Amino acid sequence: MNILHDARLDGELVQHDRAEVLAALSRAAPGLTLLHREEDLRPFECDGLAAYRVLPMLVALPETLDQVEALLRKCHEVRVPVVTRGAGTGLSGGALPLEQGVLLVMSRFNRILEIDADARIARVQPGVRNLAISEAVAPHGLYYAPDPSSQIACSIGGNVAENAGGVHCLKYGLTVHNVLSIDVMTIEGERMTIGSSALDSPGFDLLALMMGSEGMLGVVTEVTVKLLPRPETAKVLMASFDDIEKAGSAVGAIIAAGIIPGGLEMMDNLAIRAAEDFINAGYPVEAEAILLCELDGVEADVQQDIDTVRGVLETSGATGIQLARDEAERARFWAGRKNAFPAVGRMSPDYYCMDGTIPRRELPRVLKGISQLSEEYGLRVANVFHAGDGNMHPLILFDANREGELATAEALGGKILELCVEAGGSITGEHGVGREKINQMCAQFGSLEITAFHAVKRAFDAHGLLNPGKNIPTLARCAEFGAMHVHNNELPHPELPRF
Amino acid sequence: MSVTAPSMAPHDDLVNLAERLQQADRDGSAIRIEGGGTRYFTGRQVTGEVLSTRQHRGITSYDPVELIVSVRSGTLLQELEASLAEQGQMLPFEPPRLGEQGTIGGMVASGLSGPRRPWAGAVRDFVLGMRVLDHQGREQRFGGEVMKNVAGYDLSRLMVGAQGSLGLITEVSLKVLPIAGTSRSLRLEMSRDQAMQKLSVWGRKPLPLSGATWHDGALHLRLEGGPGSVTDTAAMIGGDRLDDRYWQQLRDWQLPLFSRESLHTDPRPLWRLSLPAQTPPLPLPELEDAIQIDDWAGCQRWLRTDIDATTLREACTRAGGHATCFTPGHTTPFTPLASAVARYHRQLKQQLDPRGIFNPGRLYPDL
Repeated sequence: MNILHDARLDGELVQHDRAEVLAALSRAAPGLTLLHREEDLRPFECDGLAAYRVLPMLVALPETLDQVEALLRKCHEVRVPVVTRGAGTGLSGGALPLEQGVLLVMSRFNRILEIDADARIARVQPGVRNLAISEAVAPHGLYYAPDPSSQIACSIGGNVAENAGGVHCLKYGLTVHNVLSIDVMTIEGERMTIGSSALDSPGFDLLALMMGSEGMLGVVTEVTVKLLPRPETAKVLMASFDDIEKAGSAVGAIIAAGIIPGGLEMMDNLAIRAAEDFINAGYPVEAEAILLCELDGVEADVQQDIDTVRGVLETSGATGIQLARDEAERARFWAGRKNAFPAVGRMSPDYYCMDGTIPRRELPRVLKGISQLSEEYGLRVANVFHAGDGNMHPLILFDANREGELATAEALGGKILELCVEAGGSITGEHGVGREKINQMCAQFGSLEITAFHAVKRAFDAHGLLNPGKNIPTLARCAEFGAMHVHNNELPHPELPRF
Repeated sequence: MSVTAPSMAPHDDLVNLAERLQQADRDGSAIRIEGGGTRYFTGRQVTGEVLSTRQHRGITSYDPVELIVSVRSGTLLQELEASLAEQGQMLPFEPPRLGEQGTIGGMVASGLSGPRRPWAGAVRDFVLGMRVLDHQGREQRFGGEVMKNVAGYDLSRLMVGAQGSLGLITEVSLKVLPIAGTSRSLRLEMSRDQAMQKLSVWGRKPLPLSGATWHDGALHLRLEGGPGSVTDTAAMIGGDRLDDRYWQQLRDWQLPLFSRESLHTDPRPLWRLSLPAQTPPLPLPELEDAIQIDDWAGCQRWLRTDIDATTLREACTRAGGHATCFTPGHTTPFTPLASAVARYHRQLKQQLDPRGIFNPGRLYPDL
């Protein structure tokens, strides 16, 4: 585990006296709410990755942009690191506080500023919840497409920071495809609008660069999102399989038939049983795998697509195919999937959720590899999978109260991610690197790429004050990490000096 | 007996490209990256030694079931599109084909998208990964061949539309999509105001729209989707059938407004305005006699006008958009950036290309 910032591996941070920083910030930003007592800081010690906990030096809860600006300017001046936090639902420790840093909480910026139904855009503050946007624009027949499972609680600023996805990404894209512009403030307190309400902007695509940059390049202060018309209808087919590889092949066959489903999800037997036990979704508990295939759009097309997909599923060897008869059954089918994480949570005191992506064709091999690793490490793994876009969420079941089991779970998780990279995939599809996957970045990228990332960081934050120790590892960390993970007898990053 | 390979045969020219860059970086001399040269006029002129990507070509992987293709930057756009079409797939963003020699590198570096853009997305929306040579000729790989990847900064999308000024793109991985089952083109005579009103109403409904252009007193629409929805929507909308080839002419800048002939008869500069949806006509009397095509449901407007650039740009900026001049040789084709944004552009360029070898001055004089 790498919870605490390690100066040797993450870079030096200037040490500050809490009282002095508190006094300096109070003077710089009059009226700014600053928390400094341990009991007030405690609720902010972690984000959605609760295994990682650190008490911040201070928590700032600004209500005006002037306060944010004053805070950033002062922190920049005296070299105090700043970690930005939205709703704190992130799953990779991207908003994990620093003992030596200020936690900048943007949740009070929670107003929807403008809805333009004719232009199909909404301008919102960063603390607005993802689902609140769709609810607010629903009377116009519109919605905001990206729907991470945490959408009821997560905020749009955090969605930008993580380039959040959801179950409908294959057809409707990630946050990067659905945001038109953002206002950001740099660590120097400079305000910029990046992107515009037009469909493109002159210069470099800084909007794409900011998406998923995990609060390392700037603080998001406003977001303009694109809205889509609600599909006229959505239908869900559930197919069961007696063999997980057949289910994997069916996914490819559906897409090969020219169909882009609104959602295409897969669950393995352990996940099916957990969900069924929890939600009574009507899942076949004997199946080795199920596929949920949602087809949405205009009634006439959806009907035709259902027929096509049904044919493909039959050919692929599905042992059962069920079309949700009505909206209630459709909601129930989805409820099982959307509650898969807490459902698995009931089977085990703790679980650890991975987020690797792979080319779909590698699915059978990777699943086999996960099952071997699961045996090797002696921990059960349930597989939930955004099959359509190759994003896996293996859930590692463990008991943190058992000596060493958290470490084992983490080690197993790291191995699973390396397996994804080896299969041509990525260590994270939508949850982000944060603090959690900082070491696996060294498996994903070589030192040239990591050097380029540091160059980009320097262009925006020369002193490395925004969210240090997250997202992009230092080369020193990669050298150390590489030394511990010898792969095929080859040291990763052989060109780096070892400690 | 030696057999001469056809010019289209795949070829890996990485070693040569890298050596050329290393030399340029040592000398601190400028490189002018060139593909097919079909988009050279879309940016500022670059003084530098030409580095051609044309020998670095070929599709390196294409699995239609994955919906992902990886292709070297010197590959011809038409070659890639032909390979995709064989599998019933396409580049959904409809990049303009401004000549037969246009390459994938140019397509990505210029970032131009066609009529389907407001509904399907732009080039950048379909870029999944990239291989790039840095200023020292070292290959870096960003993103990858997966649909979702949030590891590290998104440097591959940063390269899209950067006009080759941050690095040499050598390979691109793109998401592709199936060609729609049914397509229908319609022409409806109506005023611009009526057209924008209709588009606003239709835009809130899940209709299979994939093209909407107004000019010459008529709205031109394209519907794409399943046969059911296309037939139903066409019946609801009415109007006359339009030849489907219209969209290809619009996409490839072949309508009279763009044509080289009109360059002679109409010497006025060609402007592209990018504006927020539902922006009313710009309140500029100078535009009254301009020729104009409103594409992208009014978000992209093509104009031939000799209006003063500053006046036009100020009006666009006030409306929340920007204006690009595509007449060859224009000294400021791109709208100047706000000062804070410009500063971070310079810092990025300085960090990624410290010796300033990649297409210097292509976007802006100081980049």
